[in-house]
Amino acid sequence: MSRRRARLGRALDVFGPFVGLLLVIALFALIPEVRGRFLRAANFKSVATQSVIVALGALGMTLVIISGGIDLSAASNIALASVVTAYAVNAGAGPLLAVLLGVLTGGLVGLVNGGLVTRLRLVPFIVTMGMMGIARGAAKWIAGNQKIDAPMTWVNELMAKSPRPSWLLLAPGIWVVILLAAALAVLLKHTVFGRHVFAVGSNEATARLCGLRTDGIKVLVYAVSGLFCGLSGVMEFSRLTVGDPTVAVGLELDIIAAVVIGGGSLSGGEGGVLGTMVGVLIMSFLRNGCTMMGWPNYIQEIIIGAIIVAAVALDRLRHRKD
Amino acid sequence: MRDVPAAPPVLRMAGVTKSFGATRALDDVGFELGRGEVHALIGENGAGKSTLMKVLSGALAPDAGRMEIDGRPYSPSGPADGLRSGVSMIYQELTLAPHLTVAENIMLGREARAAGWLDRRETARRVREVLALVRHPEISPDVRVGRLSVGAKQVVEIARALLHRSRILVLDEPTSSLGQEDSRRLFEIVRGLKGQGVGVVYISHFLEEVRRVADRYTVLRDGRSVGSGAMEGTGLDDLIQLMVGRKFSRLFPRVGHAVGGPVLAADRLKGARMAAPVSLSLARGEILGVAGLIGSGRTEFLRAVFGLDGIEGGAVVVSGAELSGRRPWARVRRGLGLLSEDRQGEGLALSLSVADNMTLSDLAPYRRRGLLRSARRNKAVGDWIGKLKIKAESPAQPVGGLSGGNQQKVALARLLHQKASVLLLDEPTRGIDVVSKGQIYEWIGGLAREGKAVLFVSSYLPELLGIADRIAVFHRGSLVESRPAAAWDAAGLMAAATTGRASKDAATGQRNGT
Repeated sequence: MSRRRARLGRALDVFGPFVGLLLVIALFALIPEVRGRFLRAANFKSVATQSVIVALGALGMTLVIISGGIDLSAASNIALASVVTAYAVNAGAGPLLAVLLGVLTGGLVGLVNGGLVTRLRLVPFIVTMGMMGIARGAAKWIAGNQKIDAPMTWVNELMAKSPRPSWLLLAPGIWVVILLAAALAVLLKHTVFGRHVFAVGSNEATARLCGLRTDGIKVLVYAVSGLFCGLSGVMEFSRLTVGDPTVAVGLELDIIAAVVIGGGSLSGGEGGVLGTMVGVLIMSFLRNGCTMMGWPNYIQEIIIGAIIVAAVALDRLRHRKD
Repeated sequence: MRDVPAAPPVLRMAGVTKSFGATRALDDVGFELGRGEVHALIGENGAGKSTLMKVLSGALAPDAGRMEIDGRPYSPSGPADGLRSGVSMIYQELTLAPHLTVAENIMLGREARAAGWLDRRETARRVREVLALVRHPEISPDVRVGRLSVGAKQVVEIARALLHRSRILVLDEPTSSLGQEDSRRLFEIVRGLKGQGVGVVYISHFLEEVRRVADRYTVLRDGRSVGSGAMEGTGLDDLIQLMVGRKFSRLFPRVGHAVGGPVLAADRLKGARMAAPVSLSLARGEILGVAGLIGSGRTEFLRAVFGLDGIEGGAVVVSGAELSGRRPWARVRRGLGLLSEDRQGEGLALSLSVADNMTLSDLAPYRRRGLLRSARRNKAVGDWIGKLKIKAESPAQPVGGLSGGNQQKVALARLLHQKASVLLLDEPTRGIDVVSKGQIYEWIGGLAREGKAVLFVSSYLPELLGIADRIAVFHRGSLVESRPAAAWDAAGLMAAATTGRASKDAATGQRNGT
């Protein structure tokens, strides 16, 4: 491959998802019926707020997918964490403690996932598919199969569209996502652990040969991903103001799709935080635009499905000559 | 049967030119393959052999040049078109479906059918016929390919090519993963193909083997055809000189080194995949060669020592400390390093950069306050690239884009970079060119001089005899004998490896590597 094409390929790697995002925004900006409402700062803000839950899940999933794994239990884990948070607030625990419990619940589920994947040598798809049911069931059990009402606390303001204090400009949840995304990006690119995660995903046998403790790395990856799901669950509770065990059904697919649209490879060793975040935004803007157009839900589903296939096909095309 | 005196050759390539960016991979290359001829294509890694064969198969379109098959113009639109025109490629990495049976693999894409149903009887008949043609009627058509040995897989692949009525068969390093016996049988098959009027292009780094099997040769160097002729009357030295373009001084450079005290000892070690316990020891500054046929247990022994497989009995002792279980990281910490025989599957993470692959086993020097110092790491990697003459664009280039020899250098560089003091090298020179081999021999000698211990597994006896201090021979999972290299000769090694018995007259040799 010539040097120029190599450079072009690298540029596409970085900017490809951005081009997709701009295309989606431009598409709706060009439609006269919605342009006025779509292109408003308030709308962008609400899209960003709506992205928080998927974004947090997708950050954890990026780590898992780069390591060559998959986590199908992410959405159930989010529901479980939201229920635990609501339960704790309701039971009189302080909001901070409740948030902590919610996040740690997510982390615990991730830890169990990682433990099963490494100890029993089962494929992550099966382990996390099982965990998807277990976590969902546990959430319903804790909630007594109904929504848990909880008194309003500051936790509910994490997802407020007009935040207090107003100088925050964006909901605190959005700032949390931005900070964590930056931290994860640094972790992946500029720490030894990050390089190890890429190595395990690219070729686990090589990683073992080089003396990496691959099992430990994988457990850590799933645990961190679980913590992200836990935090996402807290945001879900904040948004709904109740703990709902039936929330976020099927959301794991949106989360995985965001990572894949952003350049993550399901065979491991590839992916990035920036791409994932753009993937999340592409899907949020699509949902937002379609809703404004008054298009029914099924149209959105078809479009998003097509975009996932197209994004992966583009990725293939890009890598074919490497 | 017409017998036209001036029958066109099966294949004629003329003026073939192909550039990748600024690099001219092929420059006006001509190549002719006669009917029923075995034609050796020889050259160092990167000389253009693979590119030429990709042009032939249709995988690459040439920038210029003509090709003819049986005198008719041939310009394939892709590999499938090439296959239809009678060109079959058999690559180093085999392309069989492991879960399908021998018959299913051979018939793949050409299933015998009757009214839409698989015609089992016809399938069986044709598979048996073609397996007889390659002189391996004992291979069962119903066994899954995944259960076959590498040699048998290769036979199946050749059988498939014959079923496709190929006029031209390209064998790319066919014996690099075969033992001596399997290689011998392969040569028989190749000679048999001549009788079928098939033209065979034979690519191999094993020059002795090439001289035995080929009728004619063409040598490529730097994308040019530098010599072509009849194999008869051409010496080994002539070929080597054409390949390297200069007098090849010494094939096995000996670097002076002194053997010190023991550093690694396997005491009745029995790994999970080993057939029998093995005791063997390795000293500082020693190069211990390990010979044996493919499947003789050499690799399994290394894997148990390095903790990649479980240990069922015995012990591994490194510098006085006993190591247990499946814990390769504990070995790395103790200064062991292993070079895998499976470069692409295990040795390297192909999608990662040269820098990542080279430093993966020891990132500690580049860590500061938890962060990785990329600039410093790239500088160190750049130094290694220069020192080892690795052909890479930059430390950031994915290692999968390098040629086989350069990939191997990266894998070796990792052991050097991690400053391993005990190096377990499994087939370090497999599939790489003569010049790179020479470099690797020199490094191994240099490592021994520095007092490092090298265990060197190889199927290529001359290199073991050329550089090892001591040679141990494996046969069917157990250690036959270990003696100083001077007490072995090629015939004795081969006899020990094939029969499991060391010759009597070497009673002076030591037993069990003490």
